[in-house]
Amino acid sequence: MTTVDFDPGAEAARATDAILDDTLHGGRRGVVVDSPPGAGKSTLVVRAALELADAGRPLMVVAQTNAQVDDLVLRLAEKNPDLPVGRLHSSDADAYDKALDALPQVRTAAKAAELTGLPVVLSTAAKWAHVKTDEPWRHAIVDEAYQMRSDSLLAVAGLFERALFVGDPGQLDPFSIVGSEQWAGLSYDPSASAVSTLLAHNPDLPQHRLPVSWRLPASAAPLVSRAFYPYTPFRSGTSHGDRRLAFAVASDGSGPDRVIDEAAESGWGLLELPARHTPRTDPEAVRAVAAVVRRLLDRGGATLSERAPDPAPLTADRIAVGTAHRDQAAAVRAALAGLGVPDVTVDTANRLQGREYDVTVVLHPLSGRPDATAFHLETGRLCVLASRHRHACIVVCRAGVTDLLDDYPSTEPVQLGTLVKFPDGWEANHAVLAHLAEHRVSWRP
Amino acid sequence: MSLITTLARLEAVDSGRAQPAATVRHRQLSDRPLVFVPLTTAGETGAPLGALVGTDRDAPRLLVVPQPRDRDLRFTFLAELADVVLPHIDAHAQSVEQTERTETDPATGKRVKVAAELCADAPQLIVPSRPGLDLVRLLGRSMRFRRTAEQDPDAPHPAPPRVPLLGRWLTHYGERARVPGSSLLLALTDVLSRHWATGQSGLEDQHLGALLAWIDPPRGLTGAEAARRAELARDADGQLLCPPAGPATDPAFDNKLLAPAIERYDRARTALAAAEDPLEADGRLAALTRAEREVRDLVESRARPTWDAVWRGLDLLRTLPAGAHVEERWTRDRWSFTAHRDRVLAGEPPQPRRDDAVTAANKLATREREQARLEAQEALDDPLEMAGRRLAGEAFAGEVTGVETAYSEGKRPSPRPLVTVRTEDRPHLAERTRVYRSLGGKPQSAEFVGEEAEGVLVLRILDRMGRGKEPEPGSVPEKGDRVCFTLFEHEQRGGAKLPDPEETPWTHGGPPGEPAPEAPDPVTEEDVL
Repeated sequence: MTTVDFDPGAEAARATDAILDDTLHGGRRGVVVDSPPGAGKSTLVVRAALELADAGRPLMVVAQTNAQVDDLVLRLAEKNPDLPVGRLHSSDADAYDKALDALPQVRTAAKAAELTGLPVVLSTAAKWAHVKTDEPWRHAIVDEAYQMRSDSLLAVAGLFERALFVGDPGQLDPFSIVGSEQWAGLSYDPSASAVSTLLAHNPDLPQHRLPVSWRLPASAAPLVSRAFYPYTPFRSGTSHGDRRLAFAVASDGSGPDRVIDEAAESGWGLLELPARHTPRTDPEAVRAVAAVVRRLLDRGGATLSERAPDPAPLTADRIAVGTAHRDQAAAVRAALAGLGVPDVTVDTANRLQGREYDVTVVLHPLSGRPDATAFHLETGRLCVLASRHRHACIVVCRAGVTDLLDDYPSTEPVQLGTLVKFPDGWEANHAVLAHLAEHRVSWRP
Repeated sequence: MSLITTLARLEAVDSGRAQPAATVRHRQLSDRPLVFVPLTTAGETGAPLGALVGTDRDAPRLLVVPQPRDRDLRFTFLAELADVVLPHIDAHAQSVEQTERTETDPATGKRVKVAAELCADAPQLIVPSRPGLDLVRLLGRSMRFRRTAEQDPDAPHPAPPRVPLLGRWLTHYGERARVPGSSLLLALTDVLSRHWATGQSGLEDQHLGALLAWIDPPRGLTGAEAARRAELARDADGQLLCPPAGPATDPAFDNKLLAPAIERYDRARTALAAAEDPLEADGRLAALTRAEREVRDLVESRARPTWDAVWRGLDLLRTLPAGAHVEERWTRDRWSFTAHRDRVLAGEPPQPRRDDAVTAANKLATREREQARLEAQEALDDPLEMAGRRLAGEAFAGEVTGVETAYSEGKRPSPRPLVTVRTEDRPHLAERTRVYRSLGGKPQSAEFVGEEAEGVLVLRILDRMGRGKEPEPGSVPEKGDRVCFTLFEHEQRGGAKLPDPEETPWTHGGPPGEPAPEAPDPVTEEDVL
């Protein structure tokens, strides 16, 4: 594979055309699309929805969260303001984004019957599960299908005849709050992902994948592809010169400034604190994360990308902090508030899924831990945290995680009949850490 | 491990005694539980060696398989076990009360009340430890598909009557034990370590002797010393003073005592079979009885300390008053017991080997709902549990410092009073986060409006204030009241109804087809050693 011949736009268009052709004219009941981070999944969903609507096929769209549904409705409305769209929502207060009320072509309702006849109806899987219908929809699009649980697909699959399943296999697997080992290995294990059940029962469904990540910069796509998608590689849609991150204020020589410069230069930065076992909300690491964010804003960052000819300022809403646990996120928020930084998104990997920022600051899931549990090793968690950025990703971590990984090889019991997921979290963590080591800034706060 | 558990464990290490992890008992304890202390043989998975079983702590029934590899002796053991367990179950199955149950009317699709029978109490089964739970499941699995001579006259090794029935009941109990908060079948180590935090790891807590040593150490010893003694101390013959709670036995016991005794039994049996005249046979039968007696004594000597420890553990648990929601959860156990009784009476086949897609999804949904319900109820029942949630930022308690009347916008304004709470907790609140407090046993919800000053939270009360323009008396907290709000919901919504199994969609392999009665496991060479 040579870079010279690779035209990302053409490659992506070819993949999209093949997907739409299978969806609209294929003979199979399902089409599965794997999409790496930032590969234009939402764009694909919107385009497929519009073409299905054009073809006169009543369409239902299943997404996993209300925010995802609202986002899709807004995108559909933007692409085709003449298309009547139904937003089915729960009867809770604030069930949907109030911005939808301003759109005349969008009808919202808590009962599916009030939306009959509309060409496109969108809702969450949880809401669809309560819908009863005598006449199934001709077509469905299931978004974030890898984050959907098999039992939740079971509840809605009776509503449609055929479906397009779109999702990112590298992100966090769905989880259950109780043990489900009892069903491990069954093709319809209710706690597995919807796609694994679907493919186990329908192995010959056409499977496509989007080959180009438009979000990840040229510095990040190779690592993320190698570490998390070793058998389905993808490329960055931009090349090394297309994106730049620069700061007006020079470095003051401190750890945070040095790591910011390293990340601006190379796309990655590792701010390594001295090795130590700490509680989850490691105060030093939390302060370090907050200090990096503060300096990112103070130093007058500007981002240049293929989207616009002029540099755009790096503002608080273009920065996100990612953590493994909610209490860590809360601690970082408190530390940021203490430094007078509002408006920076701080959230767990689960909640950052599907979101995009210019710069991300990540508190490494294994930082300061004495053990490496399955939760902290989960491949998807690290993948989400390492693939939200358009320009640079700065990881804050205590030294010694590689040793921790070596001390705790995966010990999860092997379940017969389950698909072994490659790469495992151990392997992926090592790959990422090995790369980050080249961009390390050691700092003793 | 939550922060408060870590703290309690550190305190346990520091003080040399287990620390309370609960102020109330969160599981039902029956007045007459059926205690089951099983032992298995090394070398073959789940091969019973013997058991102590019964409801009377002073008179357990001892069941022994003198040669665990002998299938006939194993069936005798299982038949004897059925003779103890099934009458206990039957006694409970017959005593019913009349009540109502909500069902979906198939004709109208509406929810209607129908009269139903509910067993007045359910028999509770207690095993010493988690591996004991697994053995109950395994025994259930190994028995429920067996055919008796009556069911299948051609079966090469017919099971004694009632053994398949015992298998179905044990399967039901094993399956029910997977539902969070259920008390039908309990592993004592799980229940004890739920209520006390020891200074050892969770893995070590599964050793019943060591766990009890931490909770109630003998005079003059710290928990750590007593636990160490329970785990390691051996007598002059190299035998553990505190035998493991099983079902696996200590290898030193297996090698030095049990194996020679079983061999003597084998030899006595062979000798008896080879006896040539009645007189000789008489003498050899006496020798066989002696050999069997010896194995029985050995098994009893290992099971009895565990038996006594189980009852001691139950005594300790009984010192705690039952939590307020324990009864409600137990009622669901009774429903589950009654439903299985009805399935057995209706002549339904035994539980299938594998759940179908819809059953599996329904079970998972139920368990997730029960887990969330259990966590909420335990916190509401127990201030210590709530303290843990407060420490984790999932709840907060404080004093009401002000109440301001306010109304909702709209045609008919309803009261939406603003309540200011001063708290030292640090809940993870964002604007409009829903919070809940218990008002007369029902959840009242409020939303977070903002933080006036550090630790001074403003909440807007949203419901349970009646239909009038003014809130009903007592429905809004007053200045000076102590209140406790949680960020988690107190009650769980029922999930969506899944399709019937015969309507399993194409994504899940389509309908499973007519349920065929499952064949018993084929007899293999290993089965007829």
